[in-house]
Amino acid sequence: MIRIDLPRFDRFEGWRDAARQLVGAGVTPDRITWADPDTPADLFGSDPMAQPNDAPVTATKDFLQLARTVSSHSDPERWALIYTALWRAQTDRAFLGNPADPLMDRLNRLAKSVRRDIHKMHAFVRFHELPSTGNRRSFGAWFEPEHLILQAGTPFFAKRFADMDWLIATPEGIARFTGDRIAFDPPAPRPDLPADASHGLWQTYFANIFNPARIKTNAMRSEMPMKYWKNLPETHLIPHMLADAPRRVQAMRDAGASDAPQFAAKVTARIRQQPQDTPAETITQAQEQAARCTRCELCHDATQTVWGQGDPDAGLMFVGEAPGDQEDLAGRPFVGPAGQLLRQTMTQAALDPDKAWMTNAVKHFRFTPRGKRRLHQTPDKSHVEHCSWWLGLERRFVAPKLTVALGATAAFALTGDRSPLTPRRGKVQAATDGGPVLVTWHPSLILRLPDDRAATARAELLSDLRHAGQLLAA
Amino acid sequence: MAQRTLDQKLAILSDAAKYDASCASSGTTRRDSQSGGIGSAGGTGICHAYTPDGRCISLLKILMTNFCIYDCAYCINRVSSNVERARFSPEEVVKLTLEFYRRNMIEGLFLSSGIIRSPDQTMGDMVQIAKMLRVDHGFKGYIHLKTIPDAAPELVAEAGLYADRLSVNIELPQDASLRQLAPEKRPETIRATMADVRLGREAAKDRSHTGKRPPRFAPAGQSTQMIVGADAATDRDILKTSSNLYSGYHLKRVYYSAFSPIPDASAALPLIKPPLIREHRLYQADWLMRFYGFDAEEIGAAHPSGNLDLAIDPKLAWALANRAQFPVDVRNASREMLLRVPGFGTKTVGRILAARRSGAVRYADLLRMGAIMSKARSFVTLPDWHPGALTDSDGLRARFAPAPEQLSLF
Repeated sequence: MIRIDLPRFDRFEGWRDAARQLVGAGVTPDRITWADPDTPADLFGSDPMAQPNDAPVTATKDFLQLARTVSSHSDPERWALIYTALWRAQTDRAFLGNPADPLMDRLNRLAKSVRRDIHKMHAFVRFHELPSTGNRRSFGAWFEPEHLILQAGTPFFAKRFADMDWLIATPEGIARFTGDRIAFDPPAPRPDLPADASHGLWQTYFANIFNPARIKTNAMRSEMPMKYWKNLPETHLIPHMLADAPRRVQAMRDAGASDAPQFAAKVTARIRQQPQDTPAETITQAQEQAARCTRCELCHDATQTVWGQGDPDAGLMFVGEAPGDQEDLAGRPFVGPAGQLLRQTMTQAALDPDKAWMTNAVKHFRFTPRGKRRLHQTPDKSHVEHCSWWLGLERRFVAPKLTVALGATAAFALTGDRSPLTPRRGKVQAATDGGPVLVTWHPSLILRLPDDRAATARAELLSDLRHAGQLLAA
Repeated sequence: MAQRTLDQKLAILSDAAKYDASCASSGTTRRDSQSGGIGSAGGTGICHAYTPDGRCISLLKILMTNFCIYDCAYCINRVSSNVERARFSPEEVVKLTLEFYRRNMIEGLFLSSGIIRSPDQTMGDMVQIAKMLRVDHGFKGYIHLKTIPDAAPELVAEAGLYADRLSVNIELPQDASLRQLAPEKRPETIRATMADVRLGREAAKDRSHTGKRPPRFAPAGQSTQMIVGADAATDRDILKTSSNLYSGYHLKRVYYSAFSPIPDASAALPLIKPPLIREHRLYQADWLMRFYGFDAEEIGAAHPSGNLDLAIDPKLAWALANRAQFPVDVRNASREMLLRVPGFGTKTVGRILAARRSGAVRYADLLRMGAIMSKARSFVTLPDWHPGALTDSDGLRARFAPAPEQLSLF
């Protein structure tokens, strides 16, 4: 047997150097004894180390990372296992990537246990403040991990607590940080850490953030295993918190509902908004009422009511179908891609988008959720009918000389005519309330059509908007 | 009123904060204190402790104050409650956060508050605390700020500059319940605040024409919380609401909080035992929507009542209701279909796909790779396993559900 003595710290580098030499020299795994610092000497002595040679030894990056993690495990067999994997990988690279292989499965489990222990170290180290002489504050902790993770686990603390001196003592050794790099020392007896007032506050927090009406101790024990409890300042409170919980819940139940303090009614009377149900006298009042609309079910899923926007004295009104995703989020109409196309086309037709009232036939977005997206759905006849109340109010206050209906839904809402749009496009119809309505495409149609047909539709929209300008000027 | 000590205030204002479930500290930008300041963030979240209610403590979760002018029936801090009141000064919140942080007890701060005077005043004070931590103390840890609905958009925008996560609670799964139980809150303004946060995050991702990146905005996204069991909403309603929230506002998480008895309860809401199993099933269903490609509708439709089966997990319930799609042949099934097999998690499916490249996957391999074969065996075929008539047998559900128990009379 060849005995390889690994150092107390930087063990993985020690293993890697030796393993490279041994694999290169063709030494099979069963001929090596890997010895940690506390391993007793072999009874029969050991064979000499293999001669250094230049034979290439290869491994994947992922395997080296895995081996490094496994090297922190407390299992004495770990060195032999990673050596065996390295040995096998020289002739069969594929098994390194196969999670069903028993050796890889074992290594993955060891690594997982190490990673979990490191994670728990990051969670459960509790610093006590130590007296400090310089201008940096000083802290110390005692921690008992399951594995040999002092070196793998402490760089986290150097990054997090760069502005303070700290030491973490463990049975494996001591890590000290004074602002530069972490120094590692051999283990020493557990230090006496001074009492720390913040630990008292922490216990107050722990006891009060607990809800006695929910008891789920299994979740607690699986995530905060008992083996870590003895060094945590808060865990000794748990038995009493649990024992007292049923009494506290019973007390809540017995107390039942209480009488409100006297000032409560006054505060409520002052701030609770009473919905104003009198008929709206201005367009702003109508907008406030529409913001609370629950006439149809669309208000539950949509974000908010999207009211019209623009110049209420304009004389020109645009009515689209319904807000889309972007309009729904912003609470303003025509801010999405179709709205941008409409504004561009208006500008081309010498119509100022700010000098028109822009609104929709239906004021809430209708959609089906699909993963992270909301797919637009055309509103039903019933939605249009429910919403005609608001469109009617808008029309009463804006009193447009001309209304442009964008698409079939708007044309239906304004004229009550549900016949196909194509023969009506470009023509003026009478609105149900009497005014003239110029029917044209909805800009979102242009965005959905294939390029050649989109260009035609866009030209038609532009000519209709020019026509609208002429009608308005007449 | 005698001046309260810091310890007394902490007791009152953490007790008042415990009904918020969120304690996540993951998924934010990577940063640490090597370039100055104190703290780090950006890896996986760290839970520094667990209380016996099964919830983790990752953040210092406190209210700035539990004085509140709103009267939400489900809340311990409503104006009509007789609970003891207290208020932290901004310096006290900053000091508690930093001192706990230095002792490695927390990942950061989750600050919420009752509404004092006005939503703007409250939000402004909270933003001030976050700013003190970030700017005055160079705090690099995690900050989660509760967004007060109806606060001015400029304050929400400023909050997003200092906070990793913003959240505004939807509170109840249906608008009608919220209007009834929280008359001062309005579902549409709550959603509009979420929309503002989503738009703020999207705007922070667009580089300007000079290629300059705008300041980061709530890099860990937004979340919300829904109380389960305080109104008559079914699980199907709840999941539908969640699905709307995920798609509409790109939330990172929806938290479900079993309605839990509070001291000094309101007459409007009877005290019940918190429906913890239901809460657990909803979280499982939520995971199915986010990581397994399920729709809210198909999970909700698995049981005619519209509620999830409490005895078995929702994926198993779905599979039992859709047996025509099983058994699945593990040798050639798609990732999407493997994800629908009860007993296969996302990691197991990843391992199966990797192992398939090296040859056939057998029963023992699946066991090793973390599959729960007691569940999966009825739904898969393998080179060395066929479920036979098991998949379609009438008694299949009974194999998974715990044996019926005589109800306790007390």
